[in-house]
Amino acid sequence: MLDKKQLKKEQIMQSALELFASKGFYSTTIPDIALSLKMSVGNMYNYFKSKDVLAREIIKYISVYLGKKLREINEEDISTKEKTRKIIEVYFKTASLKPEMIDYFLRIYLSNREVFKDGCEGMLCVNEFVTEIMIYFEEGVKCKDLREQDFFSAFGLFMGYLGGMVFLKGENVLPKDLNDYVDDIAFNIYKALSTE
Amino acid sequence: MKNKMRVLWLSAIACNGNTHSFLNYPYMEQFLDDFEFIYHPVIDSHYTLEDIVSKEIPCDILLIEGAISKEFQRADVSVVDIIEKYSKIVQKIVTVGTCATFGGIFRESGYEETSGMHFDQDKPSQKFQDLIDKTISVSGCPVHPEVLVNTLYAIKKNAALKLDNFLRPKEFYAYTIHNGCTRNEYFEYKVDNHKFGKLEGCMFYDHGCQAPFTHGSCNKILWNEVNSKTRAGLSCMGCTEPTFPRKNLFSTKKNMAIPENLPVGVGKRVYLTLAGISKAFKIDRLEKKLIDD
Repeated sequence: MLDKKQLKKEQIMQSALELFASKGFYSTTIPDIALSLKMSVGNMYNYFKSKDVLAREIIKYISVYLGKKLREINEEDISTKEKTRKIIEVYFKTASLKPEMIDYFLRIYLSNREVFKDGCEGMLCVNEFVTEIMIYFEEGVKCKDLREQDFFSAFGLFMGYLGGMVFLKGENVLPKDLNDYVDDIAFNIYKALSTE
Repeated sequence: MKNKMRVLWLSAIACNGNTHSFLNYPYMEQFLDDFEFIYHPVIDSHYTLEDIVSKEIPCDILLIEGAISKEFQRADVSVVDIIEKYSKIVQKIVTVGTCATFGGIFRESGYEETSGMHFDQDKPSQKFQDLIDKTISVSGCPVHPEVLVNTLYAIKKNAALKLDNFLRPKEFYAYTIHNGCTRNEYFEYKVDNHKFGKLEGCMFYDHGCQAPFTHGSCNKILWNEVNSKTRAGLSCMGCTEPTFPRKNLFSTKKNMAIPENLPVGVGKRVYLTLAGISKAFKIDRLEKKLIDD
């Protein structure tokens, strides 16, 4: 069971995520977040010492959340092709149910690197998520479903594609629901990565 | 006259590499003061190979070098028969080197059912089952002379040697070759950037170094008392392991950036988590030459 403090921290992160998504990262202040939770600003600082610390904790929170979902897929006894589809489904489902999470990842984490320069170097703060993607690739190559290649060329193809689709969705450019693209995208990604 | 331990060095299917390695033992006079070879392929001994196979010469320790096959003969007698005869009278049997222990490169020799004495690579062999309790394995291609000699002294002194699952003394094989490697800083921060023979860089990531998953003491008990492969700038080839020799010894087999063989006992997620942290930082000192020209 999560302890009380951790539970409260998660509530704060969730509220902050929603405010960042609606008002923007720089326009949202710690007092705004405190107000949304009916907390005093002083008390907020007991949980996060600054907005930058909160920003870094949020990206780790998202990474742990997605990493856990991907780990469940990686541990299933299914083909790489099926795993590919499931990862896409999970990513799009998260983008639909918790759009603020993916939005944060794409629009805040990737676009405001200065906030994350101390403490989130390299892939430090998205480690859980990237680790599971690496394991998906590694196991795919090991069982000869996927072609051996540079990790980043495969990672960019996979995550860049998914991120792009969610971004288009966020811009209201996509004519259809994200889930309607799962079949085609799963086919495209697997075809691009596979040994077939 | 001093009571010396009598040792028979029997070469089976071997290149005699362990013999050559043994000749580099720096305190040979002392050793020969305590041990006597009733037969050795290159060191003068009291008996000939014909004597060994035709008679039963009193003996305390049987050393076997090389892979074993019933088909392979010495002085017209199968090495298996020679082993069986002497194993009955000796206190201990020592398989010297990787071929005698696991089959090694001479598993490919073409002789029928060639393997190590108790293992065919990592699989237990059905042969010589009744001799397991008498056997100690000192694997390596070749075995380090001190590992062999110290094992023989342990036998002489009746010291209880703790053995691993391959019958190897833990004293020498509980460690990995990585232990004591002078390149550990480069390993920690995931810097390969190595050129063979140079001081800089860890060879695990790209150059095929097997030290983190190979058991032995090469970096604790140095070769010729001065050096080891990894210290000199050459990757560890995993020569003490049942899998020796692997292919492509100078490149690291990776699956989409993840080494196929990870350090002993380290899970994939643990490895990747640590790798993610280390790779986030660039340590300038490790990118430069240690000693400037």
